[in-house]
Amino acid sequence: MKQRKLEQATKGVFALSTVVTGSLAVLIFFFLFYFSMPLITSGHLGEFFSSRWDPDAHAFGIYPMIMGTVYIAMLATLLAAPLGISLAIFMEVIAPPLLSRFLRTLVEFMAGIPTVVYGFAALFLLVPLVRNIFEQGSGLCILTALLVLALLIIPTVTMISQDRLKNVPETYILAAKSLGASDVETLFYLYLPHTWKGILSAVVLGAGRAVGDTMIALMVAGNAVQIPSSLIDSARTLTSHIALVTAADYESKSFKAIFICGLILFIFSAWNILFLRILGRLKR
Amino acid sequence: MEYSVPQDFGTVKKVKRATENAVKVFLWTSAVMITGAVAILLLFLLKKGAPGLSLKLVFGDADPLRALFLQERVFNGIFPAIVGSFLVVFLSVTWAIPLGVLTGIYMAEYGNGHLKKILDFSFDLLASVPSIVIGLFGLTLAIFLHRNFSQRLYPCLLISSFSLAILIIPYIVRTTQLSIEEVSVSTKLAGLSLGASKIQNLLYVIMPASVKGILSGVVLAMGRAAEDTAVIMLTGVVATAGIPNSLLSKFEALPFYIYYISSQYSDQAELVTGFAAAIILLTVCGTLFSFAHVLKNVLVGKDNGF
Repeated sequence: MKQRKLEQATKGVFALSTVVTGSLAVLIFFFLFYFSMPLITSGHLGEFFSSRWDPDAHAFGIYPMIMGTVYIAMLATLLAAPLGISLAIFMEVIAPPLLSRFLRTLVEFMAGIPTVVYGFAALFLLVPLVRNIFEQGSGLCILTALLVLALLIIPTVTMISQDRLKNVPETYILAAKSLGASDVETLFYLYLPHTWKGILSAVVLGAGRAVGDTMIALMVAGNAVQIPSSLIDSARTLTSHIALVTAADYESKSFKAIFICGLILFIFSAWNILFLRILGRLKR
Repeated sequence: MEYSVPQDFGTVKKVKRATENAVKVFLWTSAVMITGAVAILLLFLLKKGAPGLSLKLVFGDADPLRALFLQERVFNGIFPAIVGSFLVVFLSVTWAIPLGVLTGIYMAEYGNGHLKKILDFSFDLLASVPSIVIGLFGLTLAIFLHRNFSQRLYPCLLISSFSLAILIIPYIVRTTQLSIEEVSVSTKLAGLSLGASKIQNLLYVIMPASVKGILSGVVLAMGRAAEDTAVIMLTGVVATAGIPNSLLSKFEALPFYIYYISSQYSDQAELVTGFAAAIILLTVCGTLFSFAHVLKNVLVGKDNGF
């Protein structure tokens, strides 16, 4: 009898913790929504999506930040995906075991490099380089940010892709080899058809990291509020826009616009996870 | 890689060989480029920062021993930032471990059906919410508490550690859940068949078998908390605060110090301290992440034994 009560009590503790942790995401959404509510119901929501941000002139458009995020994150993903996937394939399919082990350790170490350290190193190494090569601008631009950001998300892409490639059954690989397939043939006819969904989800997760990162864009993209038109244009992302908030007045419109940025980022994350779920359910 | 009907077998073979080689060259190039980029980054940091690595970097003009025992304030060293980082990571892990581990146990042992699916989604979502958004949440929480509960509450060490805890909880939940689920069914049933109650089985059989996995999650979480800049910069970190004397004070932290130096340095000497601080942070985080992976690999290797 006493034992039974104890069982119930412990289960209650587990359940209670789960309720607390499980509701954190909802709580964050609620806060963001609550603080941007006045803007949404004011009927002037449209003005926050205009392309002009100038608090002195009462213009609070965050469209440039949305485009900044889209350009930087998309280009970084387009660069990181082929490189990261190739590295995973290299380690799993053609590299000798010792080299493969070394590279895995390297990638795991890369995952631990703080983003602020990436930003710091890039600021004093890559930024002057870009400035000298293009001979215009300050070097603080989309190109610099996307190069560093690609490096940041490569571990995500590589580690998940490699784990999926590892899941290809050994017997299949041996069967392919015994039929005389070369490494590259095994890759195209066995590994890739078997793992494309996993590799795609690795890329989607990588893109999520690229959109969500703050420090790299904040430190090396220049933070100018403008819709970028070339690779060496300066740009501001939604994340750096939130980081740059210095509003002393928490009731001001420029502070409230921050919550729209937060809400967009949150909804993007939710959409991303949903997409991964649907992808996971698809039949090959 | 579809080949047409071979008429001239020699040509087909040549084309095939060429494609194979092209693919291999591309794979090798990717591996070399990534390795090269990381190597250049590390060498650059070391070259610039190594000269700055000294006791003076940490303690400035203060006597190291006296500073360590908090008898002397450090004004021109990164000691307060190191202590601040340590405190905020320690506190956030203190909040996150009990909640995360208990939730992980619930998810693995009790959760089922629709509820579990919803919770799964919630943790995946929380893990993918950008850290700056969590920082923004912490900031609004501070404003909310300031208005409704206590005028003394501003963004501070406590708020920062809460926000960081939110950031790392999903990692702890997931690793706990996975390591419990990875304990083989026969092990789980053995305890129960010997008459252990569910809770006894959990405490004496399942938890000891999964402790390494859980530990790897905690170490990973510490690494994430230590490197994060976006959360703390909205929730109470400042450039100069000294050693915080209460949970409600502002604090300094290593990642923020690096960011601050990058935009505010006044001379080369100060810049070198930024590089040196970057090396220290990189070493700490790199070690934590690598250690977490070692623990995880040990776990995977071991479970095959059953």
